[in-house]
Amino acid sequence: MTLRILVLCLPVLLLSGCGGGFFDSSVPSILDPVGPIGTGNRTILLNSLAVMLVIVIPTMIATVAFAWWFRASNPKAEYKPGFTYSGRIELIVWSIPTLTILFLGGLIWYGSHQLDPRRPVEPVADTLEVQVVALDWKWLFIYPGAQVATVNDLKIPVGQPVRFRVTSASVMTTFFIPRLGSMIYGMNRMENELHLRADHAGNYFGTAAHYSGDGFSGMNFNVEAMPPDAFGRWLTGLHSGGDVLNAQAYAELSRQSHDVKPFHYSQVQNGLFDAIVRQVLPPAPGPDEGRQGDPGVHPESPASEVRLLDGDICTASNPTGTKG
Amino acid sequence: MLGKLDWSAIPFDEPIPLVAALVIVIAGLGVLAWVTVKGFWPYLWREWITSVDHKRIGIMYIILSLLMLIRGFVDAIMMRTQQAMATGGAAGYLPPDHYDQIFSAHGTIMIFFGAMPFVIGLMNFVLPLQLGVRDVAFPTLNSVSFWLTASGALLVNLSLVIGEFARTGWLPFAPLSEIEYSPGVGVDYYLWAIQISGVGTVLSGVNLVTTILKMRAPGMSYLRMPMFCWTALGANMLIVAAFPILTATLAMLTLDRYLGFHFFTNTGGGNPMMFVNLIWAWGHPEVYILILPAFGIFSEVFSTFSSKPLFGYRSMVAATLFIVVVSFTVWLHHFYTMGAGADVNAAFGIATSVIAVGTGVKIYNWLFTMYGGRVRFDTPMLWAIGFVLTFTVGGMTGVLLAIPPADFMLHNSLFLVAHFHNVIIGGVLFGAFAGLTYWFPKAFGFRLHEGWGKTAFWLTLAGFVLVFVPLYILGLQGMTRRLQRVTVEAWVPWLDVAVFGVFVMALGVAAQITQLVVSIRRRHELRDETGDPWDGRSLEWATPSPPPHFNFAVQPHVEGEEAYWDIKQRAIEEQRLGDEPHYEPIEMPRNSPTGVVSAFFATLIGFALIWHIWWLAIVGFIGAYATFVVFAWRDETEYEVSVEEVAEADRARRAARQAWLEAHGQTA
Repeated sequence: MTLRILVLCLPVLLLSGCGGGFFDSSVPSILDPVGPIGTGNRTILLNSLAVMLVIVIPTMIATVAFAWWFRASNPKAEYKPGFTYSGRIELIVWSIPTLTILFLGGLIWYGSHQLDPRRPVEPVADTLEVQVVALDWKWLFIYPGAQVATVNDLKIPVGQPVRFRVTSASVMTTFFIPRLGSMIYGMNRMENELHLRADHAGNYFGTAAHYSGDGFSGMNFNVEAMPPDAFGRWLTGLHSGGDVLNAQAYAELSRQSHDVKPFHYSQVQNGLFDAIVRQVLPPAPGPDEGRQGDPGVHPESPASEVRLLDGDICTASNPTGTKG
Repeated sequence: MLGKLDWSAIPFDEPIPLVAALVIVIAGLGVLAWVTVKGFWPYLWREWITSVDHKRIGIMYIILSLLMLIRGFVDAIMMRTQQAMATGGAAGYLPPDHYDQIFSAHGTIMIFFGAMPFVIGLMNFVLPLQLGVRDVAFPTLNSVSFWLTASGALLVNLSLVIGEFARTGWLPFAPLSEIEYSPGVGVDYYLWAIQISGVGTVLSGVNLVTTILKMRAPGMSYLRMPMFCWTALGANMLIVAAFPILTATLAMLTLDRYLGFHFFTNTGGGNPMMFVNLIWAWGHPEVYILILPAFGIFSEVFSTFSSKPLFGYRSMVAATLFIVVVSFTVWLHHFYTMGAGADVNAAFGIATSVIAVGTGVKIYNWLFTMYGGRVRFDTPMLWAIGFVLTFTVGGMTGVLLAIPPADFMLHNSLFLVAHFHNVIIGGVLFGAFAGLTYWFPKAFGFRLHEGWGKTAFWLTLAGFVLVFVPLYILGLQGMTRRLQRVTVEAWVPWLDVAVFGVFVMALGVAAQITQLVVSIRRRHELRDETGDPWDGRSLEWATPSPPPHFNFAVQPHVEGEEAYWDIKQRAIEEQRLGDEPHYEPIEMPRNSPTGVVSAFFATLIGFALIWHIWWLAIVGFIGAYATFVVFAWRDETEYEVSVEEVAEADRARRAARQAWLEAHGQTA
């Protein structure tokens, strides 16, 4: 009984938010999105849930009803031990789930294409690029236009689409801002792409949503969506008061550390993100020592191989690597 | 001499694992001392450790599983309390390096050493009885399978006190599990424990597939097999097809870690994504390996306790085979967020939803099995009805997760955690408990206490809801799994509810243990005289409880879908048993210590390789090979059970049945 009540309450909770705190702005609830991607994801989620509840709820009720009515002690229930096959029932039994899945299949196909993380968000022309590097255990955000970078602090302009290019310095993790929508994996030597847009100014919870080692639980960041002019001022302001992020500083940054307070770099070496993706800069090292001491096996020793980059790194748009 | 092993491997500075290990070691030594003082060793050695009887091996599998379920549950309690305590800046009582081992061990133990041995144990015990045969196809191999599984379980638990366990999650995703990022022995413990027990699992799969395909009683065509045999066939075919993928994947990771290969490393041309891809190509069929036998148990339970044949039997067979095939086409849904294109994601999303058709069909057929029946609410039936209610919700959330845009927000969240616990607890575990209660009298000759069984059911169900509904909600509120501490205050109330729930579940566990103790103490009043305590329908109920080691005095002839039900109805109709058959001597396989000895050497090999003690590994390999040679050169493989013994056992059974028939005839 408890179960049924709770189960029946669950959709109510989801839809109304009563008692769930889903719409309290301090909760990074995926049911309270602030951008088109999150809204699209939520719509698909709730539509599919509704489609399935149409058959799931009657099935659950029928289970209890059949079991109760046909209890051995009920003299009114007719005992029909020969009722073991019915073509008509089999037809229904196979077609109900099949039809549901056909319907859901349409939703899946449409939703997967509509909400593909690679798909640009309108207005495409205004898209801002932010390069994201997952490090052990903090986030590096590079603003390639302004050539500045922040750690564990992401600011984006309201109403303007953002194209996140995501990679990882070492192990896998996912880049996730629940109230903006989809997450995507950051992986070493790979580049993933995620388009998001925030439609309301505010501070949002951002996180690593895939376990990546001991410091994982502190790998959170604040996302502030701010009006475009304020964002522009903030970006310009970053040019002062920070260090330069070059290969050497990156090697230092990429060593394992946890619960890192937000800070910024006033200048980022051009092409740094591509250098990370292409392993021109080697993957970040792991822990200095395991609990049982040195394993004695060294497929490679990355720390000694960090090559200092002087000058530019060649990129697709700058194939020779010469200063432009 | 001892490789990497030295005193620093013992966690003297960490009281929790140290004390836990001490308690286990002292309890273990206590049991061994008790066995020695009582002089039980010869009995244990002869009747259990070296037994190749499928019933004994099945029971040992289940005992192993129950112990490991408790170990895994203790881990679960620690995880839930840690998350509830480590809020608002508090650190909780488990530092990250310890907490990470606990959730990794929890998943590994629950799947590989809790759920798997439970379903394999039940299949081992039940299949030959239901098929009307005297043992599995390869009895000694069966013993090897069990002991290798036990060896893996031993290694995992050894990591509690010597060294550490993996801190990578229950699937050691590369590159985190590579030597660069996990230099300790934790991942090595994982690799060798799973490889050794994995060999056992594959051998068991081969054994049971062969048994079902080649060893049925005369007249038992495929479409006369009980549903449990069908789902077991499906599950074991999946084992044979899927476990080699796991073995190969882990072997590649092992080569990376030990010999500097680059299968899944970031550098040297390795591809960590391929690890994720391969591990799930095994991992998704694995969940069907677990759930299919549970579906079979529920089919038996629904039919028996509704006093009706299973509704839509052929349809159920089709749905089972459908699931077997489709389960190999869905694995990519575990990593939509890795960045595959929309077409790929959509295709796998649709394939995943399609598998729900097979499950839906099964649920409706169980419903219609109850329709027109006489439903008895004994404990197995409560588990079965509880299963349908919880599993429909779990299936629904599974399909939600299969929809890529929804998964983009729920991947790796507590919603996912709630979903798979919903199907594994509500499906596999409820099924295993139903099966345990249902077949317990067959195994031991007395029923389990009903009152405590029902108490356990309601407590487990309530605790389950109280733990996992909050987790669903937390997932929707953006909470990721595997967090050692919590930074969002709004999550805390739900985490507290979940802690309350886990303690209700603990009461459920306590009720199950009480049930076992009470039932053993009152075994005389709970005695099952006839061998057919539930008014059963398949051949296992034709034997006495417990069955003689040769199962059937005379191999039964099967003439319909419900082999035993037909025999029973004819007896009731004619008010007499069939004529006493002509008894013949029976050839049975001899006991063999091959299993336990080879597992001993396998444990040595595993331990030696984990700690790089190369000479010990060589000793282990030589020992294991010698064991194999000794077994291969054995002269006598079978012994004869005399006609007198067979006749005596069967006459006792017939007397009990006759008494029942007379009593039944008077009331009917």
